[in-house]
Amino acid sequence: MMLAWVREKWNYFAIAALLIFLILIPFKWFLGQYTSIMIFIGISTMITVGLCLLMGYTGQVSLGQAAFYGLGAYFSAVLSKTYSLNPWLAMLIAAIATGTFAYVIGYPIFRLRGNYLAMATLGIGLIMWVLFNQLSQYTGGPDGMSGIPYLSIGGFSFDTNFKRFYLVWFFCLAILFLSQNIVRSRTGRALRAIHGNEAAAESLGINVTQFKVKIFVLSSVYASLAGSLFAHHLRHVSPQPFDFLGSVKLVVMAVIGGLASVWGAIFGAGTTRFLSDEILLGFNQFPQLDIIIYGLILMLVMIFTPEGLFIALKSAVKWLQINWRNLPAIMKTKREEFPSRTKNFFGRLSPTRLWRKSEP
Amino acid sequence: MSADQFFQYLMSGLTQGSIYALIGLGFTIIYAVTQIINFAQGEFVMLGGMLSYVLAVEAGLPMPLALIIAIVVAAVVGAAMYLLAIRTARRASVISLIIITIGAAIFIRGIAGNRFGVDTVSPPAFTGSGSIKFLGAYIEPQALWIIGITFLVTILLYLFLSHTMVGKALRACAVNPGAASLVGINTKAMALIAFIIAGAIGGIGGIVIAPMAMASYNMGVMLGLKGFVAAAVGGFMSPITTVIGGIVLGIVENLAIGLDWGPFTSAYKDVIALVALLLILLIRSGKLAAAERAG
Repeated sequence: MMLAWVREKWNYFAIAALLIFLILIPFKWFLGQYTSIMIFIGISTMITVGLCLLMGYTGQVSLGQAAFYGLGAYFSAVLSKTYSLNPWLAMLIAAIATGTFAYVIGYPIFRLRGNYLAMATLGIGLIMWVLFNQLSQYTGGPDGMSGIPYLSIGGFSFDTNFKRFYLVWFFCLAILFLSQNIVRSRTGRALRAIHGNEAAAESLGINVTQFKVKIFVLSSVYASLAGSLFAHHLRHVSPQPFDFLGSVKLVVMAVIGGLASVWGAIFGAGTTRFLSDEILLGFNQFPQLDIIIYGLILMLVMIFTPEGLFIALKSAVKWLQINWRNLPAIMKTKREEFPSRTKNFFGRLSPTRLWRKSEP
Repeated sequence: MSADQFFQYLMSGLTQGSIYALIGLGFTIIYAVTQIINFAQGEFVMLGGMLSYVLAVEAGLPMPLALIIAIVVAAVVGAAMYLLAIRTARRASVISLIIITIGAAIFIRGIAGNRFGVDTVSPPAFTGSGSIKFLGAYIEPQALWIIGITFLVTILLYLFLSHTMVGKALRACAVNPGAASLVGINTKAMALIAFIIAGAIGGIGGIVIAPMAMASYNMGVMLGLKGFVAAAVGGFMSPITTVIGGIVLGIVENLAIGLDWGPFTSAYKDVIALVALLLILLIRSGKLAAAERAG
């Protein structure tokens, strides 16, 4: 009885536990030393969610997502510092301006598909990067600009990592819940229809281009908000995080997170950030290790679990839940007795294909 | 702009355009045979450039040997990329393949940055360093090497594709892979050959450009993009239009800088190529989409 009730309300417990865990993180006696990296994970998650909506659900590639991130950061920085605007107003203007920009370029570039769309977004990302570097009278050029004010409400200034942690994760969770609702709504189903088969979606009365542009704009606004938070957090922006590698890093996060998964975005952003900011920093006698590992991750994940690492792990857990009793029998089964679809290229048994085969 | 300056910009445009053409040829041959856009094409060029410096200057090998090894390594990397990454991901979607080739690109770049360092290097020119005066423009001998080698590679590629059995089989795969395999062409072997040729052509591009424009581990992205523009002009099917596209792009880029309109300093040179990329993609979007559907 009790157990059934717990199982029924399991999702609420999980969310409550996650929230309590998050709230406790910045305290010194808990995981206080990770506050700073958690702020960056929150910021990266916001962008990754947008990228997941675009790539995982709608099936459209963007290799220039860092450009929107940079636009948000630079708009916020320039408006609030050079023009002394209220930082919140600057953030709002940045989001509107970035969204408008995405809308304007969205209609022409979403006439393109697949490879060409990828190249076009890559081109736009690089143009923005050149502009961040070259418009030095506004942006401070390659050195960037410092002295951006903190965000504040009334007299309460977000001037410590402790306070900014809650600020960033408030935005991050708001975006995650919004995205989760979008995915489960009519719009979300339309997006998946577009991913599945554009012509079929079109014939069902879905305005394909319009949906793609809408999601593109939404993801750019997410990235812009993340950029604004980034600028008001570090109080310094330079073009470096917004280059091609910046965009690729975001794709790595989305790929690890399981492209079509909203909550996976936290996992993807968290793993990638931890990898680059905590673990790989210890290997400074081996330069460029982070890029090498990102490249490997992108290739391996896409070759072996094209649906993304997080989703593959999830389905593995699900498969074990269903089949754990039969595990010894399955282990004993000879390779030849499995249907050929469960074998991979090398003729060996592929775990991911097996999970997919035996899902209910 | 005086006539002398005009010729100067024209010549540097022609030189750079030749490199874009070489990179574009790599894109074209892989796309035509496998319908894959190889985002790592620019990295083959980087490998050629960096290796020619490392082998010729740091290891002290004789120049011709160093150049040949650089080209061979780039070709081997192309083959390895196909065998290890592309072929293992059978029946992958377009998005997966894009991400795989990008992964390969930054992997190669990371290894290069790790092994060869992150400094910009400049290998010695093939012959002499003095300039030749021609029609009022000063031309480095290396520029003539670049233009000549591009010309030679294009001719050889043309002869290979039109006069040898393997070349004809490659073209058959480009036109209709299904029918090609029905008449007994090994399409996988053809794809491997396409990657080897693309790697070698990229390596050649790298060794000829490096003495003039210098080489660094992160030169691949921008060069790759410009080569892509060249290939997009030809719709990824025709080597000849690709070469023309590359040369036109190089000349437009250089003349636009030479015209010196107000805010357009040479820093915006790359922006011109990127805007050209977007324009070409949009103008040709109908044809490119049709090509993708057919493929």
